[in-house]
Amino acid sequence: MIELREIRKEYGKKDKIVAVDNVSLRVEKGEIYGIVGYSGAGKSTLLRFINALERPTTGSVHVDGIDLLSLSNKELRKARQSIGMIFQGFYLVASKTVYENVAFALLAAGVSKKHIGEKVDHLLSVVDLADQKEKYPSQLSGGQKQRVSIARALANDPKVLLCDEATSALDPNTTKSILSLLKDINQKLGITIVIITHEMEVVKEICHRCAVMREGKVVESGTTFDIFSNPKDALTKTFIQNVLEFHLPDSLIEHVQGKLVKLMFLRDLATDSVVSDMLQRFKVKGNILHGKVEYIQETPLGVFIMDVSGEESEVSRAIAYLEKRVNNVEVINDGPHYQALA
Amino acid sequence: MDHIIKLLPELNVAFFETLIMVGIALLFAIFIGLPLGVILFITDRGLFLENKYVKQAVGIIINLIRSVPFIILLVFLLPVTSLLLGTTIGPMAASVSLSVAAIPFYARIVESAAREIDKGVIEAAVAAGASPWMIIKHIVLPEAKPGLITGLTITAISLIGYSAMAGTIGGGGIGDLAIRYGYYRYDDTVMFTTVILLIVIVQLVQYFGDFIAKTVDKK
Repeated sequence: MIELREIRKEYGKKDKIVAVDNVSLRVEKGEIYGIVGYSGAGKSTLLRFINALERPTTGSVHVDGIDLLSLSNKELRKARQSIGMIFQGFYLVASKTVYENVAFALLAAGVSKKHIGEKVDHLLSVVDLADQKEKYPSQLSGGQKQRVSIARALANDPKVLLCDEATSALDPNTTKSILSLLKDINQKLGITIVIITHEMEVVKEICHRCAVMREGKVVESGTTFDIFSNPKDALTKTFIQNVLEFHLPDSLIEHVQGKLVKLMFLRDLATDSVVSDMLQRFKVKGNILHGKVEYIQETPLGVFIMDVSGEESEVSRAIAYLEKRVNNVEVINDGPHYQALA
Repeated sequence: MDHIIKLLPELNVAFFETLIMVGIALLFAIFIGLPLGVILFITDRGLFLENKYVKQAVGIIINLIRSVPFIILLVFLLPVTSLLLGTTIGPMAASVSLSVAAIPFYARIVESAAREIDKGVIEAAVAAGASPWMIIKHIVLPEAKPGLITGLTITAISLIGYSAMAGTIGGGGIGDLAIRYGYYRYDDTVMFTTVILLIVIVQLVQYFGDFIAKTVDKK
């Protein structure tokens, strides 16, 4: 659906700043694709290539088979009508009502006045704002504003929806409701969505695949589940930590009797009874200090931290057993000497 | 008091002359200054009709006119006025130079009012595939409306001041009356009356301008 090929973007003439450095990206039809990175990583610029708000210095941009960079102004306007976009700052027209804001997108596409009314009413019901149409943006909450901008972006039945930090200005609950709306739109209307964010939570919640960006480059990409369960780049690990990792309080660590083991369960294993099997087979005590099961795209990913204590040989055999059955076992510390390290 | 009553017909004429002069200049400000201001804005860097050359050309012409003090502009334009209207006397003649002054004045105000618009709102419209004309008509002008009206108030008040200067070279209006009676004949009563009249007019213009600007502001 979307194909960016060897894109490079430079700013400035003398002291060149490279905003995007040789990025190639493919987003398939019907997919929700996430681009993650800290601010200044070039993800916003990358997103703007997809509707040619930014033009790359070199490289090509194809959306739905159309080479956007070769279009005339008029053709580009037409193409943009099938690429919706929403923003962190909503960017609604303050002097227009909710209705007029959505109607503008239709007016811009040359839809006849007669059809606009019907279409706007339908769009507002999709985003659950049918009763707010005479209000002005200043009378709405952040979440409602974003819903209006989603309705506006969907006005001309786009094939692609671009989201520029669309939930970053919203509180956690509103973020959830906007994300579930986006998910709905993706599933019911089959719209391909590209979302850029610095919140891994957003990716976890709705993205099928994602890419991590740093300093204009894509450092890692893959399915969201793979990225979460097996991050390779240091930056990806940092991002994921916010969602999956947890730090044990020092006071708890002081009371560790055996070995501190981190177990990661992927997919079906999260529902298996590996831990209880181990406890029955070996003469060890297992004390779960921390645990969490995240559902990434409905696939479970569990992380537990256990204190395994008992006779040294039994503990080693127990851990060896775990290593056989669990995808990822990591001995965080071997016990008593941990305090010296800390 | 008798004095003022005797003066009333003349005061009345002067009032309407001022109204005509300022009114005509305001019309030119709206019909020429507003589009020029919009051009200055949309040809700016990063905007949808970015064009360095157009922006500079318009900017230089505007700055040229604005750097000439009005009283000089008044004299400087006398030949043009005479060419256009066949006379250099009266409110119509004065409105020529007032219009020339009002156009660039308002154009700059329009430009700065438009700059107050969040660039993101314009970007969103571009992303929606709207044509430049659609963006100007449906986004730039409505979003800048409160600023455009406040700007028109400022322009109108400046023009009332300028119209008094136009009075000195035979443009008519309240300023002319004040100069003729107050300055040449040392008639303080007329002087005060005209000053009070001017104060009242300016206050009213300001009041209505603010009122309308506030009504259209939906922020």
